[in-house]
Amino acid sequence: MSVLLEARDVTRTVDVIDGEPLTILAGVDLAVAEGDRVSIVGRSGSGKSTLLNVLGLLDAPTSGELTFLGRDARRLRGAARDRLRGGEIGFVFQQFNLLPGRTALENVATPLYYDAGRAFWQREKIAREMLERVGLGERVAQLPSRLSGGEQQRVAIARALVRRPRLILADEPTGALDLATGQTVMELMEEVAGETGAALVTITHDPAIAQRASRHLRLEAGRLIADEPREYGGADAADAADDPAHAELVDGAAA
Amino acid sequence: MRGLGKFLTGIASSLAEAWEELRIHKGRVLLSLVGVAVAVCALTTVVGAGAMAEQLSREVSERQSGRPASITFSAYMQSPTGQIDAAAVDAAWTESLARHEVAFASRVTWASANVQYADGVSPANLQLIDVPYGEMHRVQIVDGAWFTDRDARRLAPAVIVNEVVWDRLGRPPMATHPTLELADSGVSAVIIGVSRAMSEYDGESAYVLNDAFPALGVVVDPMMMSSPSYEMWVPEEHADGLMQAISEEVRAALGEGSGFDGWRGDYGAWPEDPFLATKLVVAGVAVVILVLGALSLVNITLVTVRTRIREIGIRRTFGATGGRVFFAVMLESVVGTFVAGIVGVGVSIALVRSPLPAMLIGSSPDDMPGFPVEAAVVGILAATVVGALAGLLPALTAVRVKVIDAIRF
Ligand SMILES: Nc1ncnc2c1ncn2[C@@H]1O[C@H](COP(=O)(O)OP(=O)(O)OP(=O)(O)O)[C@@H](O)[C@H]1O
Ligand SMILES: [Mg+2]
Repeated sequence: MSVLLEARDVTRTVDVIDGEPLTILAGVDLAVAEGDRVSIVGRSGSGKSTLLNVLGLLDAPTSGELTFLGRDARRLRGAARDRLRGGEIGFVFQQFNLLPGRTALENVATPLYYDAGRAFWQREKIAREMLERVGLGERVAQLPSRLSGGEQQRVAIARALVRRPRLILADEPTGALDLATGQTVMELMEEVAGETGAALVTITHDPAIAQRASRHLRLEAGRLIADEPREYGGADAADAADDPAHAELVDGAAA
Repeated sequence: MRGLGKFLTGIASSLAEAWEELRIHKGRVLLSLVGVAVAVCALTTVVGAGAMAEQLSREVSERQSGRPASITFSAYMQSPTGQIDAAAVDAAWTESLARHEVAFASRVTWASANVQYADGVSPANLQLIDVPYGEMHRVQIVDGAWFTDRDARRLAPAVIVNEVVWDRLGRPPMATHPTLELADSGVSAVIIGVSRAMSEYDGESAYVLNDAFPALGVVVDPMMMSSPSYEMWVPEEHADGLMQAISEEVRAALGEGSGFDGWRGDYGAWPEDPFLATKLVVAGVAVVILVLGALSLVNITLVTVRTRIREIGIRRTFGATGGRVFFAVMLESVVGTFVAGIVGVGVSIALVRSPLPAMLIGSSPDDMPGFPVEAAVVGILAATVVGALAGLLPALTAVRVKVIDAIRF
């Protein structure tokens, strides 16, 4: 399996108004190969979203090395960076981030406008197929405001996958969904990612979601460390609630 | 080949995306464009109405002193008697006109005659002219028609009376072949038309063709009759050359001691553009209107730019380049203002072509000035430029904002 993405000693420091610069990422090492299923957990405010933005070429590391498909991210600028991101990376956000006022179909077709090939001309057909794939074939003309949370997230997933990216970055994709819906959505995402052999990096607060991945990582003190999946009590989410580490996570999320 | 295909697809997709954006935001776009459409409409209407007003005042001045370029000659003789041979001048003048193919020319002489009305006799001014005079001075005919060449050969001399005479005659319709009775000679002249009085102070007057005048049998005291002047209406660019050539030719024909001098009397010869003030006022008003429209557009764009940042951020996570975003935002503005400009011009055309301006100004010109195409083009162009400028601000903001900040918005 070839390496898609590699981060070596990546840091991210932000300037804070009157105060020391804040180090969010203190040295992250990560390699993601094709078809990988990675979960990243961590307390709220630990820098998970920041990490994801860096990995997704939305943000630049302050220092360290980041290569994506063998290319040095620091050298990727402007339009080339945008094009690479659009073509190879798909984002699923916690708040769905659907474009208001556009139908499900239009939302899913949005990324295809940035495809300079045949996909642009066939955008409607491709988007329709993708919506069928996530079980929304009947609701293509619906506006996001008329869809349930789970449905909205499925639209967002369809949109993230419509260009067949090699890397899917999901930032708390089930955060706004109830447990059962969350599981369904994850299953779907894994299934579609599996079809294209895409790697899936999921950030989550939810141990039950994290547990679905094949590699488990925890972001702590600005570094990624291996996380023991059995800490969450295996497949049984109810057990996890008794786990002190989980309780801590839930508290963090609530804070 | 593949490169070209990608390039064309890129253009097509940019346009498609921008168009989609325009469609989705049509409410906002419409709102922001009302001001621009109104401004362009006002601009074009003001310029159009200004052109109409200018045409009106031009026609008034042309009635008095001729259309550009009108040249008036008068003949004189430095002989002991000072008497000029009118027939010789006429012949030389006619020949010279024919040589230079001047189609619009007229001899003009003033005389007067006593007219017999139902309620008594009173004098009327007679203006002796040739057929082209009507065209040259935009003589307005309220009933009947202006002279034709055939009228010179009528047995009963034809006259065109002004409204003052016509009123005294009781406004008889031309179809009833009314006549003008000359008190001294007893000749009945046929009234073939009625000219509009130029102002309410006009006295009784009538036009007679020079060649028909003898048939009226009016005996004129030479002291009371003006010496004829010779007018011609020629293209401006030939005015000076023709004036000199004809002047010399006629003088040569008349012989030693004679003179035939011409001068330009129309407004085209005035040192300054007499309509400059009107034009400046109109242009000033138009500019103010457009600036106000532009301000309203900038205002609305600024208010909406914040709400768009997040959407733009989302698009950028899916691969929209800064250029694409810039293009889409710009196009929305430019296409919008362009369409608004066209709508504004359309409404303006309807307004200017309607009877409304004539009602407001009180009269309408003979020659309706063409729709102010320049104003329309300037209006649409200005609107588009304003759109581009107003779009520049949000477009730059959209491009410069960082994607991560944008999606957090
Ligand atoms: N641009 C920034 N300027 C200042 N502080 C920032 C900036 N970006 C992130 N931070 C801070 O860095 C920390 C990490 O933020 P981040 O959003 O990555 O956390 P997170 O792990 O995703 O949290 P959550 O689980 O609540 O989503 C937070 O304390 C946040 O306030
Ligand atoms: Mg986060």
